[in-house]
Amino acid sequence: MDIFITLVINGLAQGALLFLLASGLSIILGLMGVVNFTHGTLFIWGGYVYIWIFTLTDSFLLGILAAVGVTFLMGVFFEKFFVSRVYGNVPAQILITLGLQVIFTDLVRLIWGATPLTIGRPDFLADTWIVGGIVIVQYRVFLIAVGVIVAFGIHLLLNKTKIGMIVRAGVQRPDMVRALGININTYFTFVFAGGAALAGLGGALYAPLVGSMASTAGMHNQVLAFIVVVVGGMGSFMGSAGGSVLLGLMGSGIAWFAPGFASVANVGLMAIVLAFKPSGLFGLAVKK
Amino acid sequence: MSSLLKASNVESYIGLYTILHDVNLEINKGEAVALLGRNGAGKTTFLKTLMNLVSTRKGSIELEGRSIVGVPTHKIAKMGIGYVPEDYGVFDALTIEENLRVAMWKEDKETLERVDSVLDLFPDLKVAYKRMASTLSGGQRQMLSISRALVNENRIILIDEPSKGLAPVVIEKLAHALKAISKDATVLLVEQNFAMACAVADKYYIISEGRTVNNGDIKDLMQNKELQHKHLGVM
Repeated sequence: MDIFITLVINGLAQGALLFLLASGLSIILGLMGVVNFTHGTLFIWGGYVYIWIFTLTDSFLLGILAAVGVTFLMGVFFEKFFVSRVYGNVPAQILITLGLQVIFTDLVRLIWGATPLTIGRPDFLADTWIVGGIVIVQYRVFLIAVGVIVAFGIHLLLNKTKIGMIVRAGVQRPDMVRALGININTYFTFVFAGGAALAGLGGALYAPLVGSMASTAGMHNQVLAFIVVVVGGMGSFMGSAGGSVLLGLMGSGIAWFAPGFASVANVGLMAIVLAFKPSGLFGLAVKK
Repeated sequence: MSSLLKASNVESYIGLYTILHDVNLEINKGEAVALLGRNGAGKTTFLKTLMNLVSTRKGSIELEGRSIVGVPTHKIAKMGIGYVPEDYGVFDALTIEENLRVAMWKEDKETLERVDSVLDLFPDLKVAYKRMASTLSGGQRQMLSISRALVNENRIILIDEPSKGLAPVVIEKLAHALKAISKDATVLLVEQNFAMACAVADKYYIISEGRTVNNGDIKDLMQNKELQHKHLGVM
């Protein structure tokens, strides 16, 4: 039972990180129809910027804010100067975002070096709780809380604000949103940059969890996020949340019981979903 | 009367195909104009061209003397053109209320009063105000689409085939509402249902194979069986 609870907490924490990466990716795919491979590099930029600022200031909050701010601005830059030029052209999107991924990942190596940077957890989250013999890592609980807060925040933004209404309308009919007098391109930029900032937040929170950040972490996590999007359902925010939790829990369980099958299980799950429910387990947010 | 919307020698295309070859049309403020023609004549494409959802290759389109050719769609809408597309363009993932709120440029007292009066025109929507648009019938979706175009103070409303695919009893309701709307607003109505067009419009233009071939007073067209038969297929 103890190990079961530990695995659930680990899985939910992993799911929360995946959710930060996948939710933005899913909305970008759903709203803008953009296959975005820059998420991996945004993830590591978030991690590196966090480590850099945390090391300089010893402030966890400043490190997080810097990571989110830098990746948000990178998102604006990517969308305005590159992605906006290839709307509707998926092969060009893949090529251009993969190109950005390569360039900005190399830039990380140029600035911070090829050796992974190490980082500890902030003092106030470095301990563990022991409840009835179960060791609970505070930082993992913190990650779950952040995931829930971000999910709740996005839910409120999408469902209770006019911005959210326009985004949801734009997922279905961007042409009609324009015909109602709304410059949907501004929302595209906002959504892309928002997704980028979430990826950056994911990277910033990931680094203290594993104790380091390597420039190779981007693509690995990007692939996991794509699997979440496919499993959860493209464009579906709730699907991303559900898919992230599912993959996180599955990954945690497999890492314990059959660690050699971790990658196979993720890809296998995606293949099964694609074969039997191509729209994703939680369905599309809207019909395109 | 001053010309509100004027299109001259408009040629537009989709992909490699030229759809409109020479469309000329002029609408004055306060008029209700029906754009008639057979299937595939170019009526829907013309409305899309006005909104720059389809590109103009040649010719001019002016709204109160200002050219709108090449102007982004959202700016054209903000200049005061309300658009009701053929497929309703309703946002299924939103409620009726949210569909209307997305369309509102402002949510001030004046706009909210306008929404109230629009909902008075379509009581069906008032009853189902919080319902998801995906659950609405074809008639209700059409009503919602028209309502969205009315929540702002638009100069002209473009309505594309409002009666298409609807039951006669719903068409009757819509015709009644459109007649009421056209008393206060300038309307350009694309319609295949000749009776509906006659009930709403004062003037008409006929498009055939991408060209405007005839125009005049709708009462004259109602008398001219030969013209109706030739261009509209009315027996």
